[in-house]
Amino acid sequence: MSLIPRDRRLRDLAILLGMALVLTAAFYAFPDNLAFATRVIIMMIFVLSLDFVLGVAGVSTLGHSALFGAGAYAAGLCAAHGWNEPLLGVVAGAAAAAFVALLSGLFLMRTRGLTLLMLTIAVTEVLGELANKFSDITGGADGLDIVMGPILGVFKFDFRGQVGYVYAACMLLLVFAFLRILIASPFGLAARGIKESPARMRAIGAPVYWRLVAIYTLGGALAGIAGALSAQSTSLVSPAVFDFQLSANALIMLILGGAGRLYGALFGTLVFMSVHEVAASVDPFNWLFIIGALLLAVVYVAPAGLLSLPDLVKRQLRFSR
Amino acid sequence: MSAGLQIRGLSKSFGGLAVAREINFDLAPGDRKALIGPNGAGKSTFANLLTGALTPSAGEIRLDGRDIGRLGEAARVKAGIAKTFQITTLFQDLTVRENILLPVLERRGAALRMFRRADADAQANAEVEALMAQFKLNPFAEVRVGDLAYGQQRLVEMTVALALKPRILILDEPAAGVPTGENHLITDAIAALPADLSVLIIEHDMALVFKVARAIVVLVAGAILVEGAPREIAANPRVRDLYLGSRHG
Repeated sequence: MSLIPRDRRLRDLAILLGMALVLTAAFYAFPDNLAFATRVIIMMIFVLSLDFVLGVAGVSTLGHSALFGAGAYAAGLCAAHGWNEPLLGVVAGAAAAAFVALLSGLFLMRTRGLTLLMLTIAVTEVLGELANKFSDITGGADGLDIVMGPILGVFKFDFRGQVGYVYAACMLLLVFAFLRILIASPFGLAARGIKESPARMRAIGAPVYWRLVAIYTLGGALAGIAGALSAQSTSLVSPAVFDFQLSANALIMLILGGAGRLYGALFGTLVFMSVHEVAASVDPFNWLFIIGALLLAVVYVAPAGLLSLPDLVKRQLRFSR
Repeated sequence: MSAGLQIRGLSKSFGGLAVAREINFDLAPGDRKALIGPNGAGKSTFANLLTGALTPSAGEIRLDGRDIGRLGEAARVKAGIAKTFQITTLFQDLTVRENILLPVLERRGAALRMFRRADADAQANAEVEALMAQFKLNPFAEVRVGDLAYGQQRLVEMTVALALKPRILILDEPAAGVPTGENHLITDAIAALPADLSVLIIEHDMALVFKVARAIVVLVAGAILVEGAPREIAANPRVRDLYLGSRHG
C-alpha cells in the first residue's frame, strides 16, 4: 500500500505537509546554518517561478534575474521609505516584478528561440544599468541598506535568522501550493499546451500571445517575491540582483532537478546550493568545476533531471529482467 | 443571407508569386467536399487562408453571411472553423483526455480559470467522454498521445477539432502517414461526423477521396480548374491529364 493518497487533493495536502515537516526538521537540524538555509529557500522560490515560465510553458529565458531584481528593489525602496513591514514589501516586490514582466513581456512574447533569449538578457542589462544610473533613488553601485520591521508588527528578525527562516519557509509553501493549483487548472493545462505546440493552441482558438504575456507576468510576480525576500533577509539591495549569473544559475538548478514538475526546481536548487557551499569551502577558486562536472553527469545520465533517476533505474531493472 | 461558407475572389501572393488566384468556393451545411490537386497546387495555402493562419491579399470569406476574412486564427475558431493538421501537431506529452479537454475548455471560455482543477469541470468531462466514445478512444484516455499508434493519433487529431464544435471542418490530409491497414479508421470516422457539419477534405489518397466526398474541387496553380461530382471529375479528361493520370482511367 502506498503512503501517498490517490485522491489528488489529499495527495497535494500530503505533499505540502511533507514539505512543512522537512522544513521544520531542517530548522532544528541546522540551527547554526539558518542563514544559508534561508538563501536556499529563497532561491527555491526563484527557481520555481522559472520552472513555471520555462519548464511548464516553454518560454526560454536567460533574463529571469530582471524580475528578481525588480522585486528586490521594490521591497528595498519600500523599506527605505519607511514602509518596512516585510509582507508589504513582498506584495510590492511581486507587483513591481509583475509590472516589469508585463511591460517587457508585451514585446518579448512576440519572439521565440535565440531572439527571445538575447532580448531577455538585454532587458536585465537595461534594468541593471538603470539601477546604477539612478543612484539618487537606488543608491547606485553601493545599493540600498535597509532595516526591516517586524513581520505583521509582531515577529522581529533575529540575529540567528530563525524568524527569517520561518518567514521564507512559509512563503515557499505558499508559492508551491499556488503553483500546484495553477498547473492543475485549465490555465496551467493551457500553459503546458503552449509548450507542447503553440500552433495547435492557436488552432483550438487560444490567443497564444496574450496567454504567454499572462504566464510571464505571473512568473514575474513569483520571481519578485523571491527578490523581495532576498532583499529583506540580507538587508541590502544592489545592482548585483540583476546579474546574468543569477539567471544562469537558476537555469542550471532547474536542469539539474528536472524542469516542468516543480519538485525538480526544489531538488535541483538544494543540490546546486549544497554542492556550491561545500565545494566553495573546499576550493574557493575551482568550485565551478565541480558544478560543471555534476551538470555534465546529469545531462548525460538523466537528461530529464535528477528527479527522473528513479524512473530510469526502474526501467533499467525491468529491461534486465 | 446564405448559410455556410462563401468565398469570392480569394487571392494570395507572396511578392510576385500568386499562390491563390481568384478562388470562388462554397461549402453548404452538411457538404462533404474534397480539394485535390498536384503538389504545389496551393491546397494547404487555401486551407490556411480559411483558418486565418494566412491573410488573403484580396477577396472575401463569408461564414453565414458574415465577413470573417480579416479575423485572426483564434477568432475564426470561435466563428466555427476548425482544421486538422497534415502532420499531427498534437500535445504529445499530454494524455488523450487532456488533448481533448483543452479545446473543450477553450471553447467553453473556461481556459483562464486558475483556482479550479481542469479535470473538475463535470460538463467539460462529460463532453470529453462523449467525444472519446464517438471515436472509440476511451481505452486510451490516460495514454500519452506520443505513445499512440499513428492511426489513433489521427483520430485524436479529428476529435480535438470536433471538440471545438465547428460548423466547418477542414481535414488536411487526414490519412497522411496512416498505414493502409488502418485507413478504415479514418473513413469510418469521417462517415460518423455530424450530418450538418460542412467538411472540406484535402487529400492525396484518391481511394479515400472517392469514398467519402460527394463533390470534388480540383485546384491547379492556385486556381480552381474544375468542380463536380466524383464521377464527373474522374471522367474529366483535363483532370486525368493534369492530375489523376491514365492509371485512373
